[in-house]
Amino acid sequence: MVLSLSGVSKHYDTAEGPLAVLSDIDLDLAAGSSLALTGESGSGKSTLLHLAGGLDKPDRGQIVVAGQAVSEMDDRGRAAVRRGVVGLVFQQFNLIPSLDVAANLSFHARLAERSDPAWEAELADRLGLLPLMRRYPEQLSGGQQQRVAIGRTLATRPALILADEPTGNLDEANGDTVMTLMLELIAETDSALLMVTHSTRLAGRLDRQVKLTQGRIVP
Amino acid sequence: MISSGLGALLSHWRRRPLQLAMLLLGLSLATALWSGVQAINAEARASYDRAAAMLGQDRFDQLVPTSGEEVSQETFARLSRAGWKVSPIVEGEWRVGTSRIHLIGVDPVTLPSGATAAALGVTSDLLAFITPPGLLYVSSETAERLKGNSTPPLKVSPGMLPSTAIADIGIAQGLLDKPMLVSRFVVSPDQPMGRPELSVVAPELSLKKPDVQGDLSRLTDSFHLNLTAFGFLAFAVGLFIVYSTIGLAFEQRRPTFRTLRSLGIPATTLMGLLLIELLVFAVFSGLMGVALGYILASFLLPGVAATLSSLYGASVDGALTFRSGWVLSGLAIAVAGTLLSAAQSLLQISRMPLLAPAQPRAWARASERLILVQSAAALVLLVAAAALSEWGSGLVMGFAVLACLLLGAALLLPGVLSGFLALMSRTSTRPVALWFWADTRQQIPGLALALMALLIALSANVGVGTMVSSFRSTFTGWLDQRLASELYLTARTDEEGDRLARWLRPRVEAVLPVWNAEGDIDGQPGQVFGVVDHRTYRDKWPLLEAVPNAWDRIVSGDAALVNEQLFRRGHHSLGDMITLPRGWKVPIVGVYSDYGNPTGQAIVAIDALTHHYPNVSRLRFGVRVDPQKVSALRREVVDTFGLPPQNVVDQANLKRRSLEVFEQTFSVTAALNVLTLCVAGVALFASMTTLSGMRLPQLAPVWAMGLTRRRLAELEFWRTMLLVLVTLVLAIPVGIALAWVLLAVVNVEAFGWRLPLRLFPADWLRLGGLAILAALVSVVVPLRRLSKVTPATLLKVFADER
Repeated sequence: MVLSLSGVSKHYDTAEGPLAVLSDIDLDLAAGSSLALTGESGSGKSTLLHLAGGLDKPDRGQIVVAGQAVSEMDDRGRAAVRRGVVGLVFQQFNLIPSLDVAANLSFHARLAERSDPAWEAELADRLGLLPLMRRYPEQLSGGQQQRVAIGRTLATRPALILADEPTGNLDEANGDTVMTLMLELIAETDSALLMVTHSTRLAGRLDRQVKLTQGRIVP
Repeated sequence: MISSGLGALLSHWRRRPLQLAMLLLGLSLATALWSGVQAINAEARASYDRAAAMLGQDRFDQLVPTSGEEVSQETFARLSRAGWKVSPIVEGEWRVGTSRIHLIGVDPVTLPSGATAAALGVTSDLLAFITPPGLLYVSSETAERLKGNSTPPLKVSPGMLPSTAIADIGIAQGLLDKPMLVSRFVVSPDQPMGRPELSVVAPELSLKKPDVQGDLSRLTDSFHLNLTAFGFLAFAVGLFIVYSTIGLAFEQRRPTFRTLRSLGIPATTLMGLLLIELLVFAVFSGLMGVALGYILASFLLPGVAATLSSLYGASVDGALTFRSGWVLSGLAIAVAGTLLSAAQSLLQISRMPLLAPAQPRAWARASERLILVQSAAALVLLVAAAALSEWGSGLVMGFAVLACLLLGAALLLPGVLSGFLALMSRTSTRPVALWFWADTRQQIPGLALALMALLIALSANVGVGTMVSSFRSTFTGWLDQRLASELYLTARTDEEGDRLARWLRPRVEAVLPVWNAEGDIDGQPGQVFGVVDHRTYRDKWPLLEAVPNAWDRIVSGDAALVNEQLFRRGHHSLGDMITLPRGWKVPIVGVYSDYGNPTGQAIVAIDALTHHYPNVSRLRFGVRVDPQKVSALRREVVDTFGLPPQNVVDQANLKRRSLEVFEQTFSVTAALNVLTLCVAGVALFASMTTLSGMRLPQLAPVWAMGLTRRRLAELEFWRTMLLVLVTLVLAIPVGIALAWVLLAVVNVEAFGWRLPLRLFPADWLRLGGLAILAALVSVVVPLRRLSKVTPATLLKVFADER
């Protein structure tokens, strides 16, 4: 299994007292498979994604990513997992504004010390980024920025890709194009994909769907 | 990972070269002003150390006459016979043409080997040195000055101080007209056992321990403290730029930091990378700053050297030597200043939760919350300043008052501006005006630091300007009183002085002797002057306070007037007894102002002076004469007595020279003042330029609602002018308070005199003009950006928000 969650719970402290966001979550994801995480706003989808990516720690339970117990790791260990094993695609793109497209595209791979210029060039070509390589993020449309973010993630060939509403900032046509490209490329890299989405149409394009309601998986 | 992360962080600066330039410029300027002042101080202190080391005053015991005057050379014979191993020294001012040289006569045979004079190689040229006409050891600068005068042969030695010469004691006694007299003795460290006590052999001498700091060093401490305070003020103003630029750069990169963290760079590594980035900037700017400081110090040092010479008689080299001490201190303060400026930002980043949404302008919003805290802190500081000035004492306290006052006023500024803008907002009804006031208020947190720096620089300018102008005005009036005689004459011998006085009496209204004895007053070196009973003194002498009939008491010969610095230093009251040289005790009957003189001074009746000090030299006279007749009389004196022109000086000439010395004294202060204002101008420019890049989200909605870009640019222009003008208006009372502290607290502690505060509104108008100019320069880039912004760019603001 690339991702395995067992008995994972998480709460946040609020002014009104502790708020349970996730309760006793068990979830597995095999290499090369994809899973859509759906649910209403506030159901805990993004929190689950963040825990899987080592961006946060659970209160209880165990999270194993590519054989490494992320839930037991300190900040430095979790950072190493994000660097080498996980690829994150955000709704807000999160590109580095002061780097041009070429530098953004290869940035994560260079951090992971797995830079492969030929693969990056192919990704740029496949994602239609070649004419944009010297531009800066502020000079790109939303769809272009998201293609750079996807390229950045795939450049490392991560074992696990975590995508949070990757097309949420794009119109339907642009979103479909980006999604198709992303799924094609993920299939070629044999990565596992866990994607948070509100769209049942997009969810339907993945292997499995899991729905969260009030922090619990609905059977 | 390290190189990629560092590359990503540094790419921010590549995309914003102006912001980087501002950061480096701010830090370089701050370091330059600080290290420039340190270089000047280091140079001066090195000169004092050399002066103290010249005859081993810093290492060997000295025997000095208790009377403060010279003793007979017979004392040397007595000491030697009794087994004391000492070396006699004679020293004094030697007039050569128009130059005055500090001449030191030494006995090379008995001088301890560690004394500098021995190290100069005097002993290797012994025969030529001790045999008439002798040899004079001088610096190359002194040799140049003495060229063309009749002097013993000169030998240039690189170790000599400027305006100082060393000769054999016999030669020096002749040149100084002090035959068979000795000023002091250097005591050799290896003394025979069982020699008689000093009080038995030479009761007229007392033992003085080695003085590591040196008299000059102590005397000039206040001057250097003033310079250091100014250097620090300029550095602090420069740090405002650094703090502001770093804060904004960190804020702009907050989303990048979060992305880097999410892509796998640990928080500790990110902090380490940011520290490396800051250290690289600090070291680079520090080196730039030290180089600029060196250039600055080279320009200012001749003025400082002239000031120290005229104020304290201290000889300081006019050329700067490269010293590793101040280079390292410049680098250290650049690094410390950068880390201090970045501490808050680094702390925020270290605590930044990885998952919190990126909040543009969060820094500004946090600053808004800080305004209340800042205002409270400001009030505490201002109350502390008032309390310290009321109940504290000492020079350090004076600077503490200044620091509290400036910092308190600066911290209060954002609150005052915010309150003013809120008030304007409430009184506005038209929508554009309403938006203008509200938007300006929203800008305060981002501009606060630059405006605070500007307030400090403007206040310092008003304060120091008021002090200097008050001083100049008082000094000019004081000179008119003090230099009441129309002509001042200096005879070459006492006998010529007598003849001159006799010749003058029937031709002029009055001849006023200017005779003085030197010696210890209340244990400190000082001078005692004698005066005749003449209305010049009764009408014109600048008495600050006196008992009734003070002049009658003086004429009776049993009372003294003292100068303000002696009076304040000794914490005296009128009627207190004061000990003049040779133990003469007299009551103080009045106090007079005596600006520019670092030493204590007393005035007694001329007859009493000659009675107590019969050897007093009778060379100088003031002459009261019809001003119309001055030129003719001057010619007649020169023709009749063959006096050199420099020995016959008219009042106007003397006043002009005194005022030149005065202006030179404050030339360094004025230069530092202007530079501090420049740094504040750069701070404003940096903030305005950086903020203008973040203004679009605030301007786009107003543009969308129908305001043209031209109208928006106009409003941006008036906003800057308004903020700078309000800051200027606030700076004036703060500056006046500052001037009061300088005049009534710092000057009294540093120099011993207090000056009346006078206001010069014309100077404020000039300063206002400069502030407006700084504001105009600082809005150039934002207005240019705004005028060039395309509608597409403005629309993008809304696209990004979708």
